[in-house]
Amino acid sequence: MIELADRDQIETIVRFDGVGLRYGRASETLQDLSFELKAGSFHFLTGPSGAGKSSLLKLIYLAHRPSRGRIELFGQDIGRAKRKDLPFLRRRIGVVFQEMHLLEHLTAFDNVALPMRLAGQKPATYRTDIAELLHWVGLGTKMHAMPETLSGGERQRLAIARAVVARPEIILADEPTGNLDHEMGQRVLKLFTELNRLGTTVLIASHDLDLVASSGMPAFNIENGRLTSPFMDGAADDPADDLGLVASGEPEFIYRRPLSLSENDSLKEGLEDSGP
Amino acid sequence: MSMAFNPALWKPTALLPREEAHDGALVFVVAVLCFLACATAIFAISADRAAQGWANQLQGSATVIIRTKGAESPDMAASRAAEALAGTPGVAQALVLERAKAEALLEPWLGKDGIIKDLPVPRLVTVELHPSSPASAKTLDNALRAAGIDATVDDHSLWMKDIIHAGQIARIAAISLFALMALAAASVIAFATRAGLSVRHDVVEIMHLTGATDGFIANLFQARFAAMAALAGLLGGGAAALLAAGVRLLGGGYGLIPVLPISWLDLLVTLPSPVIAGLVAAIAARVTALGLIKAMP
Repeated sequence: MIELADRDQIETIVRFDGVGLRYGRASETLQDLSFELKAGSFHFLTGPSGAGKSSLLKLIYLAHRPSRGRIELFGQDIGRAKRKDLPFLRRRIGVVFQEMHLLEHLTAFDNVALPMRLAGQKPATYRTDIAELLHWVGLGTKMHAMPETLSGGERQRLAIARAVVARPEIILADEPTGNLDHEMGQRVLKLFTELNRLGTTVLIASHDLDLVASSGMPAFNIENGRLTSPFMDGAADDPADDLGLVASGEPEFIYRRPLSLSENDSLKEGLEDSGP
Repeated sequence: MSMAFNPALWKPTALLPREEAHDGALVFVVAVLCFLACATAIFAISADRAAQGWANQLQGSATVIIRTKGAESPDMAASRAAEALAGTPGVAQALVLERAKAEALLEPWLGKDGIIKDLPVPRLVTVELHPSSPASAKTLDNALRAAGIDATVDDHSLWMKDIIHAGQIARIAAISLFALMALAAASVIAFATRAGLSVRHDVVEIMHLTGATDGFIANLFQARFAAMAALAGLLGGGAAALLAAGVRLLGGGYGLIPVLPISWLDLLVTLPSPVIAGLVAAIAARVTALGLIKAMP
């Protein structure tokens, strides 16, 4: 197992230092990226299609290796990490993929259970929690449904439930509102904001500038593979205030019992009202 | 349906889709390979037994060809030879082959009417040797010389070499064929694993990015293909056993043809077929899957 810094002592979840990414022999998709994501921060990553937003996220969730530069995750230099250690790092990251990447042959319940199964946990320790989580995201009556029978909004919420179920320390969401209408987008954003309030670091890639503006969250822009706006740390402010949201429940309590989310009424309502 | 779902009773579903379109074809191909491998093994054992039997028969006997000299009649010379040989250490029994039997041996070459009465048909003495300490050709020759008999001893060593050689070739051919079948089965499984990983690349990628270890993913493919190959091994081995049983029933203990004397015990060779097929498939699938997964970052 990789040696990890004490969870409470990690201040920087992600650090890029002069990172570049090249696919094959093509010119660099990402160039000279240097930034940090502090623990508990919330950022948007904006930029036009093809600017490199997804590629940047892929570097963080270890779907790609950089062609140059240095990446640190949870205080660990990824370039020096052994292959056998990478799965354990990935389990600390929750990803909402742009295409959602649901397992179409598994039920909604099985899809959400995936991270727990991969982590080797016994069903008895999490099945009740998953049921609670699915109720919480408004899929309580569709636990046994196959993803293909779900609407776009339901699939989105299922993907989000899967991303958050294993208590990730950072959530990466690639265009999570891309297929949703504005109202649904706001509600999904509300979810991430609340999770961030509970201590989770959040990075959302989006080209929806209206959504970003309405959130009041710090954002950095990427164009032609380069960061073009100064990076701001979003941990200092309380983003929920900017959204006009009022969180309920104690964050510490929910983080200790991360799946007992029914305590958090503001989130529950936000998702259950959102509809498909 | 969804309303009746009870999370407390939930059991994890198989992470790989249960059935692929090509599963049936794969089971069929591997079953055919297992059938051929098992049939090869049974018939190799059978041919080996036949060769062994013939070798034992030849090894335990010798034939003496008597040539008359002087006024002594062939029958007299043969009787003396038999008598001399019977008292030789390492000989269990020595019998003169009657003229009629000797003529019968020549009949295939000369025909029924080809043997005229005056033809000097050589007289033969068949010698049965002691199984534990058989007399050598030289001992027999010395005994005949001592008795003043002009004769040639044929201890079948010329035939023995050919038969032993034929048995060895059959054995090597069977082992080679068996290895070839196993290799072919492994290749088919490896190919199917590649196809499976390719078709289910999305599933593998999601598991990989969600924190599955390489070994965990490889185990899924290993278990799937091992189970399929074990089924194929059962079907192929079963079919080979049925074929061998049919041959045994039709041909009895001596076999349908003399080179295939099948014993009921030979059918036991098909028993490990599912295990071996499953093992070969598991190794092939694991190696292939790990190779492909390691190509992922």
